[in-house]
Amino acid sequence: MSTYYLNYLEELESEAIFILREVWAQFQNPVILFSGGKDSILVTHLAKKAFHPAKIPFALMHVDTGHNFPEAIQFRDDIVEKLGVNLIVGSVQKSIDDGRVAEEKGKNATRNALQITTLLDTIEEHKIDCAIGGGRRDEEKARAKERFFSHRDEFGQWDPKNQRPELWNLLNGKYFEGEHFRAFPISNWTEMDVWNYLTKENIEIPSLYLAHEREVVKRNGSWIPNSEYLVLEPNEEIVKKKIRFRTLGDITITGGIESDADTMEKIVEEVSTMRETERGNRSDDKRSETAMEDRKKDGYF
Amino acid sequence: MKIDKNQLLRFTTAGSVDDGKSTLIGRLLFDSKSIFEDQLAAVENSSKQKGIDGVDLAMFTDGLKDEREQGITIDVAYRYFTTPKRKFIIADTPGHIQYTRNMVTGASTANAAVVLIDARHGVIEQTKRHTFIASLLNIPHIIVCINKMDLVDYSEETFNSIVEQFEEFSSKLLIKDVRYIPISALNGDNVVNRSEHMSWFQGSPMLHELETLHISSDINKVDARFPVQTVLRPQRKGYEDYRGYAGRIASGIYRVGDEVSVLPSGFNSKIKTINAGEKEVEEAFAPMSVAMTLQDDIDISRGDMIVKVNNQPELSQEFDVMLCWLNNSPVKPRTKYTIMHTSNEQKAVIKDVVYKMDVNTFKRNEEDKDLKMNDIARVKLKTSHRLMLDSYRDNRNTGSIILVDESTKETVAAGMIV
Ligand SMILES: Nc1nc2c(ncn2[C@@H]2O[C@H](COP(=O)(O)OP(=O)(O)OP(=O)(O)O)[C@@H](O)[C@H]2O)c(=O)[nH]1
Ligand SMILES: [Mg+2]
Repeated sequence: MSTYYLNYLEELESEAIFILREVWAQFQNPVILFSGGKDSILVTHLAKKAFHPAKIPFALMHVDTGHNFPEAIQFRDDIVEKLGVNLIVGSVQKSIDDGRVAEEKGKNATRNALQITTLLDTIEEHKIDCAIGGGRRDEEKARAKERFFSHRDEFGQWDPKNQRPELWNLLNGKYFEGEHFRAFPISNWTEMDVWNYLTKENIEIPSLYLAHEREVVKRNGSWIPNSEYLVLEPNEEIVKKKIRFRTLGDITITGGIESDADTMEKIVEEVSTMRETERGNRSDDKRSETAMEDRKKDGYF
Repeated sequence: MKIDKNQLLRFTTAGSVDDGKSTLIGRLLFDSKSIFEDQLAAVENSSKQKGIDGVDLAMFTDGLKDEREQGITIDVAYRYFTTPKRKFIIADTPGHIQYTRNMVTGASTANAAVVLIDARHGVIEQTKRHTFIASLLNIPHIIVCINKMDLVDYSEETFNSIVEQFEEFSSKLLIKDVRYIPISALNGDNVVNRSEHMSWFQGSPMLHELETLHISSDINKVDARFPVQTVLRPQRKGYEDYRGYAGRIASGIYRVGDEVSVLPSGFNSKIKTINAGEKEVEEAFAPMSVAMTLQDDIDISRGDMIVKVNNQPELSQEFDVMLCWLNNSPVKPRTKYTIMHTSNEQKAVIKDVVYKMDVNTFKRNEEDKDLKMNDIARVKLKTSHRLMLDSYRDNRNTGSIILVDESTKETVAAGMIV
């Protein structure tokens, strides 16, 4: 009987499905945080498997910075329609218009941190008690500290110094009124695992992940895509390059890389030789040593 | 789907504060070329700011602001790396006694533990506490790394005397497999590469040991246990009568047609279908997540367990567990805790503290009945309903419990069924 083993991708898949089902069983009103990026697509795909033949029992929730890759929005709308799930959109633009937050000023202004308020407001408004994220521990050093079930207090805050112990597969999702949880079913997946799995399962992803000719500008060492929100600095110029994106965030700050990888197989090949982490091109993480931890403490994804 | 070994090894670090656990993991990642350039640049930069020349290897896992300021690990960091031989999930845990609960968190799912000992200090109380916890958690393999050999002139005698100390106390524990390696995490001796300073050491460097550990018995393949997480009732055409019991197989193997018993009710039926995701399969085994349907209409809900008719767990409301108390506030007498066991949840009270364990001497103290943070004790539990129990030694998944204090919602204790 000693031949009954799973390969590691199957083991990770099984773990993620277990967590998704546990969320469904323990919470009243959970949602999947859906950005249109590969990790949230993966989580959604795993949810489909977890509840088959029933429909995915979660709504998808998108925190819309207003600075989107158009392809990512199209992709979001298509998947919502195909799966027949509800879509909840929290709009950063609306938070700004309502005076909940103020736009950052200056050259490196982004709407990244503004998302926190919109996210927490939307969670409160829809009485969401668990938001399922595609965060992975290998992404970033503060994320490396996350539990599968991660408690947020009534202010939406994470307290990394005082997390609940999480033993074996016994997940404690208990909370007081007004508090909520974040759940991270793909905590143990690496970027490589994600690509291998997406390829193996033939999962559709936005074309932004594949190399194409794109208009870009070099800024802080990475290739920022041209968009209606881009304000050129005097010494900057728009050029055409064969570019793909390793992560999809706010279009104004997500840098692409030069690449020839225009198929899934080539991406897997390329990722395996990569010398920089995927978030290395995101200026939101470069702001300070503890940028991610600080944002997460405030309630960020 | 059939392969002949586990590809994934989960291991944890253990040992007292400052014995070099995080430095070792940093060294392991660095020397196995698993650090990305931007991570290295960031750590170099932070090291410089702290006035350290070169890189502070511990910073590859100590990622929180407070950890870096205090130079200690506070909570588990998970790191991942792959060699041509294996894929690893590392849990780097804190040595400080105050954060023992986080050490237990990291160790609870490990197949192997790397216990560090500072060569200058030898075996100390915290070494014993962590080793004892590792043995309670039934971690099958322990690699004892005697670290900072550079500070004791790479002395073989020092190494041998610490090995002796360790053997002396660990002989009282149930540990199946212990190995010893003299290392310098700081300089990389015997971590990934063989040391040039300790030619007297005949064994292999740590990475080689981790790559070749034989992990076979970590999942019980004999006793079939399937705790039901949730029931799938699709509101969809063609599936009107579908009633799927979803869960992750805790142990054993299930096949279509198997005669099964549903606990605690005790009704019998046969497995009609098994689904792994969208695929229908003929057989499924631990740790697969599946959905089963049965031939008969039986009332089944979350917390029930589907087992084989001829191999059943014990149904009981009163049983003994080894309990690790993990919360700042001590046990409150007569309090009703929530007990979580597989997908089941009931009320529980601690009827009696049979004995407390002195982790320094491994003596049992039958007089002291107060359980405080970090205490380990054998207790008698009574639950509001019967649970489907196996001993932890036989089955990690169906032999483990946690207690939750409903007045704070916190997980306050971890228990292993005796
Ligand atoms: N000389 C020498 N120093 C070492 C060695 N390994 C670790 N150290 C030093 O020991 C100190 C503590 O190392 P850490 O890796 O942070 O210890 P730790 O076990 O992770 O500590 P906690 O996580 O807080 O329990 C640091 O200053 C390290 O540089 C070694 O092999 N030789
Ligand atoms: Mg440490």
